[in-house]
Amino acid sequence: MRVTVDGNEAAASVAFRCSEVCCIFPITPSSPMAELADEWSSKGRTNLWGTVPAVVEMQSEGGAAGALHGALQGGALGTTFTASQGLLLMIPNMYKIAGELTSAVLHVAARSLAAQALSIFGDHSDVMAVRQTGFALLSSASVQEAHDLALVAHAATLETRVPFVHFFDGFRTSHELQTIDALDDEDVRALISDELVRAHRARALSPERPFIRGTAQNPDIYFQARETVNPFYARVPEVVQRAMDRLAERTGRAYQLVEYSGHPEAERVLVVMGSGGETARETVAFLEARGERVGVAQIRLYRPFPARELAAALPQSVRWVAVLDRTKEPGSLGEPLFLDVLAALTEAHGAGERELLPTVIGGRYGLSSKEFTPGMVAAIFEELARKQPRRRFTVGINDDVSGTSLTYDPSFDIEPAETVRAAFFGLGSDGTVGANKNTIKILGDAANLHAQGYFVYDSKKSGSQTVSHLRFGPAPIRAPYLVSAASFVGCHQFRLIEQDEVLQRAAQGATLLLNCPHPPDRVWDLLSRRVQEGILAKQIKLYAIDAGRIAREAGLAGRTNTVLQTCFFAISGVLERERAIEAIKDSIRKTYGKRGEEVVSRNIEAVDRSLAALHQVEVADRISSQLEPRELVSPDAPGFVRTVTAAMMAGHGDELPVSALPVDGTYPSGTTKYEKRNISDVVAVWDSELCIQCGNCSFVCPHSVIRSRYYDPRELERAPDGFRSAELNGAGLPDARYTLQVYVEDCTGCGLCVEACPVSAPQEPGRRAINLDDREPLLENERANIAFFERLPANDRTRVDFGTVRGTQFLEPLFEFSGACAGCGETPYLKLLSQLFGDRLTVANATGCSSIYGGSQPTTPWTVNADGHGPAWSNSLFEDNAEFGLGLRLAADRHTELARRRLSELRDVLGAELVDEILTAPQVRESELRAQRARIAELQRRLDGLDGGGEELGDLSAAPDGGALVADLRSVLDHLIRRSVWIVGGDGWAYDIGAGGLDHVLASGKNVNVLVMDTEVYSNTGGQMSKATPLGAVAKFSAAGKTVPTKDLALQAIAYADVYVARVAFGADPQQTLRAIREAEAYDGPSLIIAYSNCIAHGYDMRDGLTQQYRAVASGHWPLIRFDPAVRDAGGDPFLLDSPRPRMSLADYRRGELRFRSLEAAQPQEAERLLGLAQQVANQRWRLYEEMATRGASEFLSDPRRRS
Amino acid sequence: MDLTTRYMGLTLRNPLIASPSPLSYTLDGIRRLADGGVGAIVLFSLFEEQLRQQAAEAVRIVEEPAESFPEALSYFPSVADTDGGPRAYVDLIERAASRVDVPVIGSLNGVTPEGWIDYACAMQEAGAAAIELNIYGIAGDPAVSGREVEQRHVDVLERVKAAVTVPVAVKLSPYFSSPGEMALRLDEAGADALVLFNRFLQPDIDPEELVVLPKVNLSSPADARVAQTWIALLRGRVRASLAATSGVEVAADLARYLLAGADVVMTTSALLRHGPSYAAELIDGLSVWMRRKGFAALDEVRGLLAVPAVADPAEHERAGYVTAMRAANAGAYNPW
Repeated sequence: MRVTVDGNEAAASVAFRCSEVCCIFPITPSSPMAELADEWSSKGRTNLWGTVPAVVEMQSEGGAAGALHGALQGGALGTTFTASQGLLLMIPNMYKIAGELTSAVLHVAARSLAAQALSIFGDHSDVMAVRQTGFALLSSASVQEAHDLALVAHAATLETRVPFVHFFDGFRTSHELQTIDALDDEDVRALISDELVRAHRARALSPERPFIRGTAQNPDIYFQARETVNPFYARVPEVVQRAMDRLAERTGRAYQLVEYSGHPEAERVLVVMGSGGETARETVAFLEARGERVGVAQIRLYRPFPARELAAALPQSVRWVAVLDRTKEPGSLGEPLFLDVLAALTEAHGAGERELLPTVIGGRYGLSSKEFTPGMVAAIFEELARKQPRRRFTVGINDDVSGTSLTYDPSFDIEPAETVRAAFFGLGSDGTVGANKNTIKILGDAANLHAQGYFVYDSKKSGSQTVSHLRFGPAPIRAPYLVSAASFVGCHQFRLIEQDEVLQRAAQGATLLLNCPHPPDRVWDLLSRRVQEGILAKQIKLYAIDAGRIAREAGLAGRTNTVLQTCFFAISGVLERERAIEAIKDSIRKTYGKRGEEVVSRNIEAVDRSLAALHQVEVADRISSQLEPRELVSPDAPGFVRTVTAAMMAGHGDELPVSALPVDGTYPSGTTKYEKRNISDVVAVWDSELCIQCGNCSFVCPHSVIRSRYYDPRELERAPDGFRSAELNGAGLPDARYTLQVYVEDCTGCGLCVEACPVSAPQEPGRRAINLDDREPLLENERANIAFFERLPANDRTRVDFGTVRGTQFLEPLFEFSGACAGCGETPYLKLLSQLFGDRLTVANATGCSSIYGGSQPTTPWTVNADGHGPAWSNSLFEDNAEFGLGLRLAADRHTELARRRLSELRDVLGAELVDEILTAPQVRESELRAQRARIAELQRRLDGLDGGGEELGDLSAAPDGGALVADLRSVLDHLIRRSVWIVGGDGWAYDIGAGGLDHVLASGKNVNVLVMDTEVYSNTGGQMSKATPLGAVAKFSAAGKTVPTKDLALQAIAYADVYVARVAFGADPQQTLRAIREAEAYDGPSLIIAYSNCIAHGYDMRDGLTQQYRAVASGHWPLIRFDPAVRDAGGDPFLLDSPRPRMSLADYRRGELRFRSLEAAQPQEAERLLGLAQQVANQRWRLYEEMATRGASEFLSDPRRRS
Repeated sequence: MDLTTRYMGLTLRNPLIASPSPLSYTLDGIRRLADGGVGAIVLFSLFEEQLRQQAAEAVRIVEEPAESFPEALSYFPSVADTDGGPRAYVDLIERAASRVDVPVIGSLNGVTPEGWIDYACAMQEAGAAAIELNIYGIAGDPAVSGREVEQRHVDVLERVKAAVTVPVAVKLSPYFSSPGEMALRLDEAGADALVLFNRFLQPDIDPEELVVLPKVNLSSPADARVAQTWIALLRGRVRASLAATSGVEVAADLARYLLAGADVVMTTSALLRHGPSYAAELIDGLSVWMRRKGFAALDEVRGLLAVPAVADPAEHERAGYVTAMRAANAGAYNPW
């Protein structure tokens, strides 16, 4: 049966049927495999033996591997799906599973490892890091292979008892949609021997036939015992080949362990593994047809390494071999596949099996999903043809540092003429990708065509762009690289047409469909000169439609997918028009049938309205436009930003040479400000007349686009026309003016500010002191206003009231314009941290949303103030963030101590009075910190004086080794300012994967501050359940509603007695949030802030984020508390309940969120039962909190910390 | 006291019916109503339009963030793709019908012809003892004629009657030029009961905040007069059962409606104010009143003060009803 699936589904479909237990943890790009398994399991789908596999989400991949190990030892057939760091976390158990000769398969969507930076994209770094564990490694190169070889792996592991890692290239294969021939249950059954399954079961731990396994061994036997397994490994290649042959018998699809294709007497050969093999094979066929004697050996079984098969596969004529590795091993002689091939050929030659010993060179390609194209394959063959080919090389990049890279022809095109290529440019939110996935299914099903789809997303969570690469053709499509020379290009957002890539991907004479909000006769003139030139040069046929209008009219505002999909079919001719329209409608009915008639009819209406609105645009034969695209970044940006960052922003990152990039992953702070993404058509606009200057809007703004300053009225003399200003509404500064400036180009239009505004216009109901309005007409003026606003002097921090929301608006945010979702509930907390403590803040950031919007290239929102001070930020891993932050604290403490010691030692030299002041200065209030900074500056001056021999201070020679003391002091001088160490992350980290570390760090007594931005779900990886997910909520892995209440992280921390703990929700009580964060920071010990963060994974319009936060608190779902050991030490009750007794039912709060509501639709009774239980949990917790809030101080353990 | 009552062919243990309210949102609430002593329960209304909009909104919420970020191509499990449609409602009927010993009546507000029919059938299938059509379209369009509005009521009723076998009641508003004629037309079209009257949720205006408030005010006894009047006028003139709704606070209000001629009396406000167990108090109060007045059965009470159907109302001073009406209205202009 033909199906159109991606590689993840292809593999999971087999894995699920061959397993009884799936232990998983979400990690990109493997998560969809686990999610599918969970979906199938929750729908009662059965495996080969008629039972429903158990799918269990663990707290980490380490946990998943442990659970898997247990399941296997219990006799179950088990599997897991993972990638990258996840696979690394499984390594200890992998040694165990393999050491015990346990049949198992791990399916891996192979991905880069975090080194100088995390990357979610595909290469073989992860699988190469487990090649030594004893697992067999089987590599699939395509979606079809991911399906077929998944089965081969499951079959072979049972027969060999050697566990398998079955892997395929992350994203390239895991996310590529392909039309494949699916294996039915009988096919699967044919390869899986029940007898072997029972043998596996018979090896399980059982008290009926007890034994012990997992012993400890001494020097006497460990070594020998390790060698016992050799025969099992020796059998693997033969068994795998047999399984492949059996598969071929049933399906006609034949695979070899090492598959050679090309000229039978080839001289130059590539050896490659994974999807690159497909590209190499097709290119070889093309070159061979041109008469070149070239070939390619694709490795499918990598461990145990099929040395004999490799030697046998290569023609004896081979004289030059290039081995391609999709990984990097700094410092090694060469990458692993290269070394293996070299050893295998050398041995074969030595043993006389091959007469010629070819020259073998090793190259790296495709790291982190870097493109690998036919042009690159051709370049490698050219290199092999050189007299002295480079021994080591890279391809696909420009390595101008070590000179390893090969040059290649990017326009080298081998694709068959009958393959239709199309590229679509859209936004994530407009539905372009979804529509294209649908198109592929339609063509795969209806037209019996072979179809391929691959989708490129950017790493922004708001306003993100997508590019869809589609191919259709009569023959299977083997082109795992992006589309070029597309005959159809869809540009689904008008502004995207200005991006170079759109026309670059178009072929000569291509058709371009442009979604444009202007009448067709105006389209041409609205294009920039460069675009017009491109269209004329390529003789492009231009069509235009106002899809936004059609969608709006059909009741699908913002979702132009159906309209543009209809247009694609209408123009492209891949299917007969009538038939295509019917197919689209059928698929609408299929997709939305279960969502109700309304949704179906709106989409059908959109289809029906589309064709009439589609127009071919008369392309003038000459350039009419004077429009030039705007400079991407302002000319006064730093050099690195103008060259490197700007190139990435423009989509030219691939062209950056090695020399352009930092060697150690260090990048400048504060680069989002150069991005000016203009992603929202509506932006916040200030009404200076109505405004009461309360600061609420800027407090809640997730993107720091609302700034306030007060200033001397004389400043206004230079103000541009239209710059808005009001009298400062505050005591103590009678004549000052106030301006609230909106950064319109960075505003995402989320509307939280409008919701937060307490003012309403007396004459105009609904109008606030801040409102959303069209961006375009404001743009020019506001640019000038912003520039002027930025020149106003920053407000003196010592004069700002840090204790009120109103006061904080005058504190400069040092976290701005992140790519987080519009209306994000996390970022306001980070912004507040940066406002309060930014100039002395160190952030350890767990992997997750916050590390992505905080640290994804090309830009970072963490920025600096006018003095150049600002948050120092780093992300270590997902699992170790608390420990990482503790390490930063320990280093700071040691260096503070060192600084103080050196300072004391140099007291007489540097001036006793100054030194004593520095050493005894309090550093809690801003004025104290300011004073300390002044002292340090003075100290710095004196140190400079010492070095320069200028100013006469004390006698340095009086201090023994004085020079070294001074150098030491200088190196840690910055630690004389009290450092604020914050450990931040989401609930996935705090409640699950990092829970052990967090618990330990909270119990350390050290002065670290932990901010848990709790969205109650894994947000970054797409809504998987965490232990913070509420009882009754629907999430991935709790599709039937979570049946376990959330753990009370606050109470756990309170149990340690010396941890400051607060639960806050800025949307419900910003003042309490502010207070808690300040108290936590001032508290000299561990602090934990659990911060409610509204999230798109909750399922409502993000504009309602504040309302939902309010309801969460008002219903008792999220009681606001503070536990302050300092209060207890002063004799008060340290447990403070900051929110009033619940005044609405949990049901009233939950009704507003899809995560709760969707269960009601699917399983009303269960929803009602879980709601009842959740209400009980809320009631009981409230009673407990109330009781705690009325205990006396003596009822709490007194401060256990040792005080000096 | 035997309070057994017939209402559109159903036998009820007493004439007090819980009308649609949040009390019937959950099985637990329905049980509490039944335990409280009511004779039947009309569930909260199923609004087709609301379901359709919710479904469209859910699609938007699920789809908009999807397929745009490489690590999260979706944010919800596929269960969120399921639009419940009337499923939760139907499921509630199903459970309620099997767990409580009083008839459970579904209440439906459709918008499309299919909606009325499909949802009504689903309710019947689930075990609804009857269906109340809550024809709650506010004829806010000044261009729509009164006749059209009336015809819509008849059409809906006919459509649903043709599709189901359980009794069908129509809950209507008092805002017809001739509510009496409307009642007769519906009676003729096959209504098994007429529920008088729907209280449109009249929004309020807040002069301070300058906003319109979609407030739901509970009814008060004063709201009962219009229904009482029309029940008295319709008693004996229609085949359909007559249900009174609005303004029940004490047992005497029940008595008033029954005297006017109601077969059953519905209340929401009293039960919301005092809790479901208040039903028993109302019923007890009714019995006490009947005993005190020497009535042995409801039949003796029902319609005692109705306007007799047989002759010119003016000639029947015994009921005193019309006289009272006239006097009241005349008095309205002469407060002294």
